[in-house]
Amino acid sequence: MSVADIFTVVAVGAGCFFFLAGTAGLLRFPDSLTRLHALTKADNLGLGLIVLGLLPQATGLLGALKLLAVWVLVQLSSATVAQVIAQALRRRGPSS
Amino acid sequence: MTVLEALDIGLAALVLAVAIWTIAARELFAAVVGYVAYGLLLSLVWVRLFAVDVALTEAAIGSGVTGVLLITAAMRLRHTDPQPVAEQPGPVMRFAAAVLCIVIAAALAAGVLTMADPGPTLAPDAARHLAETGLGNPVTAVLMTWRAFDTMLEKVVLILAVIGVWSLADDRAWGGVAGPRPLPHQQGPLAFFAQLLPPVGIVVAIHIVWVGANEPGGAFQGGALLAAMAMIVMMSRLAGAPPVDRRWLRIALVAGPAMFLVIGVMGFFVAAGFLAYPDGIAKPLILFIEAFMVLSIAVTLPLLVIGPPDRLPSGKP
Repeated sequence: MSVADIFTVVAVGAGCFFFLAGTAGLLRFPDSLTRLHALTKADNLGLGLIVLGLLPQATGLLGALKLLAVWVLVQLSSATVAQVIAQALRRRGPSS
Repeated sequence: MTVLEALDIGLAALVLAVAIWTIAARELFAAVVGYVAYGLLLSLVWVRLFAVDVALTEAAIGSGVTGVLLITAAMRLRHTDPQPVAEQPGPVMRFAAAVLCIVIAAALAAGVLTMADPGPTLAPDAARHLAETGLGNPVTAVLMTWRAFDTMLEKVVLILAVIGVWSLADDRAWGGVAGPRPLPHQQGPLAFFAQLLPPVGIVVAIHIVWVGANEPGGAFQGGALLAAMAMIVMMSRLAGAPPVDRRWLRIALVAGPAMFLVIGVMGFFVAAGFLAYPDGIAKPLILFIEAFMVLSIAVTLPLLVIGPPDRLPSGKP
């Protein structure tokens, strides 16, 4: 096992931990806004760490750039979706 | 049992669980969300079966476009009256339906379990003749050469679906516009997203179509991605859909199958017959047809999602 492999295992493991924490927050938090917070924050960090961990395993520069593009696009869409859901919640009022 | 086998069994169990949950869900919207999750899990299953082409299509069409279609349908049905009790199936009917489903599932299971191992396959033949097409991706070769007739008819079916949707339009709105009404000075995160994403999405879509000749990808996946970009722009209300009576829209709609048909008929004169390609230029011809098919798919899918025209283009009710 090379240094790169150890780095991958550690980073991907840490990423999985954040996904787990985000999922726990999604299930346990009391209302929609906090659940949204748990999901987006933990997922961004989780995916970031997983992509970081996979970078040494990528085939060539193009593969690494594709991984980074996936990360950027998911960040962008998850941030947008979080805003849109939060807006919809706010329009509907604090009752639910 | 290795780790991968354990993950595969877990994935299969998850797919079954989500499928059952989708059927059992009481609320329409929850069922649709379950269906989208089911589609995404299925595309993971296809990746595990080394069918990346199918996985891409499942994620784009089975989960993405169908998901939007079903959510739109659920939103429209929300304001309709609930089904009267008299029209709901009685216990006998439910029991009969359950028996029918069980018999069909058992027959399918028996068919799969008694299949010869290795099953009958044309894969070695396809791989042997792959070089003659000039393509590197056997899936594209099968779809565009040996099964070209099926692929062409699939696109014709899509056009028939659009005609079916349009036929639901009110007479007064015919020739008009469908979908969300565009708003001036649209702001906010969704509008920003819809301005930022399409350039990236269009480049990725063209890339997927282009590499489809040699690697997983192709016209349907790329076309679905382009359609998604059009849908994002429409849903964020930055721009509206064109009126359905525009000639360029109709031409774009039929361009794919029409070009397929033209080149197919040309096969009678310059090659072995209908839908046969002349030796040596099969690959350029296939890419040429695919370019038109991408256009048709990218136009067809958003038109299916936004539904029949419901107002006149000038904004009159």
